[in-house]
Amino acid sequence: MTKSLIYSLSFHAVMILLTVLSLPFMIRQPVDLPPIISVELIQISNKTNIPFAPKARKVIEKVKEKEERVVSEQAPPSAKAKEKPDRIPLPKKQDEKKELVKKKQNPKEIKPEIRQASEFEKKEIIDTNQIAALIDKAKEESAKVKKNDKKLTQSSVKNSFATGLTLSEEDALRAQIFGCWTVPLGLPYDDNLLVRIKLELKQDGTIGKSEILDHERMNRPGQKFYKVLAESALRAVRICQPLRVPQTGYDKWKTIQLNFNPTEMLKG
Amino acid sequence: MKKLLYIFVIIFFQFNAAYSLIEVDITRGNLDPLPIAVSPLHVDNKSENYEDIKVKELGDLVSSVIEKNFLSTGLFNPLDKDAFVQKPDIAHLKPRFEDWRLITAQALVTGKLLIKDGKLKVEFRLWDLAASQEMIAIAFTTTPSNWRRVAHIISDKIYERLTGESGYFDTRIIYVSETGLKTARVKRLAIMDQDGANTKYLTLGNELVLTPRFSPTNQLVTYMSYFRNLPRVYLLDIETGTQEVVGNFPGMTFAPRFSPDGKKIIMSFAKEGNSDIYTMDLESRLVEKITEDSSIDTSPSFSPDGKYICFNSDRSGLQQIYTMKSDGTNVKRISFGNGIYGTPVWSPRGDLIAFTKMRAGKFYIGVMRSDGTGERLLTENYYQEAPSWSPNGRLLVFYRETKSGKDGLGFTAKLWSIDITGYNERELKTETDASDPSWSSLLSK
Repeated sequence: MTKSLIYSLSFHAVMILLTVLSLPFMIRQPVDLPPIISVELIQISNKTNIPFAPKARKVIEKVKEKEERVVSEQAPPSAKAKEKPDRIPLPKKQDEKKELVKKKQNPKEIKPEIRQASEFEKKEIIDTNQIAALIDKAKEESAKVKKNDKKLTQSSVKNSFATGLTLSEEDALRAQIFGCWTVPLGLPYDDNLLVRIKLELKQDGTIGKSEILDHERMNRPGQKFYKVLAESALRAVRICQPLRVPQTGYDKWKTIQLNFNPTEMLKG
Repeated sequence: MKKLLYIFVIIFFQFNAAYSLIEVDITRGNLDPLPIAVSPLHVDNKSENYEDIKVKELGDLVSSVIEKNFLSTGLFNPLDKDAFVQKPDIAHLKPRFEDWRLITAQALVTGKLLIKDGKLKVEFRLWDLAASQEMIAIAFTTTPSNWRRVAHIISDKIYERLTGESGYFDTRIIYVSETGLKTARVKRLAIMDQDGANTKYLTLGNELVLTPRFSPTNQLVTYMSYFRNLPRVYLLDIETGTQEVVGNFPGMTFAPRFSPDGKKIIMSFAKEGNSDIYTMDLESRLVEKITEDSSIDTSPSFSPDGKYICFNSDRSGLQQIYTMKSDGTNVKRISFGNGIYGTPVWSPRGDLIAFTKMRAGKFYIGVMRSDGTGERLLTENYYQEAPSWSPNGRLLVFYRETKSGKDGLGFTAKLWSIDITGYNERELKTETDASDPSWSSLLSK
């Protein structure tokens, strides 16, 4: 009886311990971050291919006309860029990140294409929803620099657990595949036409292995349309490679699942 | 104890791993036609000339027919042959996929042919260029004069493999050929391949002919013509050329159509201002009255399973579309829109009914579901009517007339086709003016 009780208590203790260790939100306090603005935004913009550049440019031009400085990292003169860190108040806890940010803000290191891509930034800065996603990215970068620092931010925890990609990265990937996917036009739109493809990617975005998750359905009688759709989806992925994947966090996106569903589009 | 602990650890790691899988939903793509390369078929060196067929050109001719078929669908974009890097004699053995991908092709058709001992042997392969693998490979043997049909059959096989639905290229269209001024038209029955080739005239034009319809086997045609100055339904055997009047009705019969099994003809019989729908069994010659109403019931068409009939009737005051069971019971009105509805035809798929609609002086070709919901008007014009389905239920062929000037000058009647999506509207070229088209089922099943 006593022995059993001890076993039971031990098991429960182990369970609680494992739960605490496995569910990070139980031990990791969310960091209350002020809305910092980081030059990391430039890198994200460079990787993103969301087609809102013309709109962003209009906003930027409008801002330029008013001669208002939204943020200093956009301004090419180095003197102004150097002033920027002093103007942006950062919390004490972010000192290390601040140093990193300062280094990247050096205009001498900004390549021409990056500077051009940074035009997206002003739009993103105005768009508060984008800022959240971009700050997440900045946090991930910081966490990588501080190799042993396990204090992940709340946002980055969400990204790694829920999607593994920021919104802009996901959008970029989606936009890339949109262009490659020639949807078979003869499909009936009242069928279940969801095709799920699991990909194992290499670090450069090329496909190591691809698998249609419901592949057995392809050879069933009466599933010709599904087969055609699945083949078109697989073709799209192959044509698209290398996929536009982040330069970092390979472990998070090395396995990825694409869900192709043309129903809405076929309905028009 | 240790084992249990390991199990717990493994379970928790798996739990975490499952959460880390990234899923991206792709709900849009491009709707551009699929780029496809049709390499000219390689002609085997052992090939011999056959009658008036120039064997060296046959490879180009076959691929050209396939290309035209694909282009007409609006679903494929056959690429320009000038851009091809690899020659057909090598391509048919093993394509260099990177060469074809270079010209943005996503699918490739290769093949070879041989004419020997009076027989044509054709083999073709369809390649998925992105996957670098073969999708389908088939060989045919036939008489060399059948080379166009071989090209159509190849087109059907490829179409089916790439779209999932059966093709419609190896088919014919029967229609009424019209010549002369509008006031003095000569109308003859004519038949052609779906691409306009091989036109043949079946009647001489002495009598007016209307509404020809194929039997499911494509051997028989039923149509309306005049017998002793009365419009009557006729039956014509295309192979033997024999024709006969259907039934011994004491009045006018018109708007005939075959049942899906080909054993019956359904038609309208008019007498003393009333018109009802009848069927006649072609073996026993037994006649059955299907509708019994004081209104004008006409244009009957069976559902593909033969259990239902759609027709139009003016029993509600205006001409509308109705459905009923094949024994005439359970009559339901299914069209309720503004305007007059006519010429209903049940789709071979069974899901849609095509019709002609007249509203505010314009004519429309449209489709609705068999319960009358989801009405969609596909095309509008000055005058157009008589839709007929392609055997796969994807296209409709109909005819369109233009306004005539003084003395009937400037009047034309042409065949047109349109996709059920409302896109890809195109004219079917015919030797003469044409009306009342009817699409056959697939010749090779």
